[in-house]
Amino acid sequence: MFSASQPSHKSRVDARIPARAGAGLKPDHIADILAERADIGFFEVHAENYMGAGGPPHRQLEAIRQDYPLSLHGVGLSIGAEQALDKAHLQRLAELNRRYEPGLFSEHLAWSTHDTTYFNDLLPVPYDVETLRRVCSHIDQVQDTVGRRMLLENPSTYVAFEQSTMSELDFLKEVARRTGCGLLLDVNNVHVSCTNHQRSAEAYLAEFPVDQVGEIHLGGHAPDTDDEGRPLLIDAHDREVDDAVWKLYESVIGQIGPLPTLIEWDNEVPAWPVLHAEVVAAEGILSRAVEPGLRRAV
Amino acid sequence: MTAPKSPSDTADATCKGNRIGAGAFSRALLDPDAPPPAGLVGPDGKAAGKRFNVYRNNVIVSLCEALEQTFPAIVTLVGDAYFKALSRAFVVDHPPQTPVLMWYGGAFAGFLEEFPPLAAYPYLADVARVEWAWLQAFHAADAPPLDPAVLSSLAPEEVASVRFVRHPAADIVTSKWPVLDLVRANRFAEDAAGVDLDVPQAVLVTRPELDVEVLLLRPGADVFLRALFEGASLGEAAARALDMTPEFSLADSLSDCLSGGAFTAVEGHG
Amino acid sequence: MNHKTMSAAIVAGAVATAVAGLSSTVPANAQAKEKCYGVSLKGQNDCKAGAGTTCAGTSTVDYQGNAWTLVPKGTCETMDVPGDRHGSLSELKRDLPKA
Repeated sequence: MFSASQPSHKSRVDARIPARAGAGLKPDHIADILAERADIGFFEVHAENYMGAGGPPHRQLEAIRQDYPLSLHGVGLSIGAEQALDKAHLQRLAELNRRYEPGLFSEHLAWSTHDTTYFNDLLPVPYDVETLRRVCSHIDQVQDTVGRRMLLENPSTYVAFEQSTMSELDFLKEVARRTGCGLLLDVNNVHVSCTNHQRSAEAYLAEFPVDQVGEIHLGGHAPDTDDEGRPLLIDAHDREVDDAVWKLYESVIGQIGPLPTLIEWDNEVPAWPVLHAEVVAAEGILSRAVEPGLRRAV
Repeated sequence: MTAPKSPSDTADATCKGNRIGAGAFSRALLDPDAPPPAGLVGPDGKAAGKRFNVYRNNVIVSLCEALEQTFPAIVTLVGDAYFKALSRAFVVDHPPQTPVLMWYGGAFAGFLEEFPPLAAYPYLADVARVEWAWLQAFHAADAPPLDPAVLSSLAPEEVASVRFVRHPAADIVTSKWPVLDLVRANRFAEDAAGVDLDVPQAVLVTRPELDVEVLLLRPGADVFLRALFEGASLGEAAARALDMTPEFSLADSLSDCLSGGAFTAVEGHG
Repeated sequence: MNHKTMSAAIVAGAVATAVAGLSSTVPANAQAKEKCYGVSLKGQNDCKAGAGTTCAGTSTVDYQGNAWTLVPKGTCETMDVPGDRHGSLSELKRDLPKA
């Protein structure tokens, strides 16, 4: 078993995530990444894949963490749940934070567990006062237990709740204000949700509380249609970032300056050079946005 | 409420539309015959049929894919199309009770054993048990295996009473079927032609270093090792194995267990 | 609980043989060791939605087939279970599905 107090990696790099582009880490890519010593701003992993006690996953992540800053992204905490957070799961997240000293730590505005069943999907929450209060109290608990600020990611949604009494933006702003958490702005999710709910992504982004954003996510989505034949975009992470999403991203970066930006590709994962090319494309937009000397570390 | 009032707090006083609890949402997720919960809508305020199905789909497909990854030999044995249908039946009956999916699927072997349409394939459950043990060994705590030299340092009269500490990655599967040959042929793409269903096999699954190993156990060695894992002394475990399997060889079986990394230590001897 | 034990001398002799054998180069069971390809095993937890297939989790009309009525079509087709060693349906606890 690993020690609860000491990080198990011996990193040669600053833990802080630079305002550069990074990639979601896939085990199939690790050999290529280490062999070519890829020039990548940072890597991000899904925390739940490293909750085993030992074995190859930790060995690989330690090797990556030696040479790169790391972002830890939870996908299973169920912050939007009606019930209390799973304390054992929260402890596992705290332990991974101690073990790997990630530069950023994030989770989702969503729920995935009800009663004892885990659904393995990021399910939507109604935007009302009761949910707001619960989400804020859960985030307070996360930040107290893990001992650091977390980022909360805006969701991709396919349905709206009649019972919602505020907009997603007002909800996110209020959560950030009450808890002091930061936000993870997923630009693909903005495009997906705004398309699905027939709203303007530009207007959404113009109002987004950019001062609270600590990281940006980009990923691919799959087009489908709903019962009425209207476009229904699905957050599949199974292809290149869409042109419309690149445009939104470029305008966000032009407005607020460079921020750590992650390319997510989780389904139909391509060979490393294909994912790397997406990272390079994001890096190009970041470097055009500002003089290199002005980049800020987060 | 500890936080100051914001405009949104008062807005909520006028409760709109149907309220949907997570319980109703959850039940509809796993029941394809149920209508989507009332109060979920699309942009025009109409009920969200296909939109809700995106969530149903995500739940079922992502969990089926997790099982497909954990049980590749079962996929090969029953075929891709059948596995999809089979895993969907399992997911609906046994949805995960943990958000950590490396720990999801422990009930799959038992499900296969009790699933009537698979009664003609009674070896599937043990193959699934080996694949489950494989995944748990993969993620188990790292620990150096016991150095056999520790045993040489014991006084001869001490040896029969020693008890071993099980390696965190070690597990045993005893089968009426040639479970190692089945796993080899269907998980590691080795030749399936030689699989003789009349041959029972027991295996030790371990991970002494980085690679998970599946090691064939000699007759009686599974009883011997299981006894040791349950805390029996070396002498008791050997007697139990010999009692059930006259051809049990203590020297050979112990040698296999030591070289396979079944233990981390001898109790009381570091 | 079985309280029988083997004589100390026999056990000590067998252990000495086992340990001596291990210092030689080839482990007795080297042939049976299964080297696995675990180092590139994917993580099970992902942050993704199923692409495009909005009916897979929903269909009552069996878009993906029904495990109760389909027949396995993998390598198990090539193996016959010997004798009367099939699982016994009478022991099964589950009910058959509604028609």
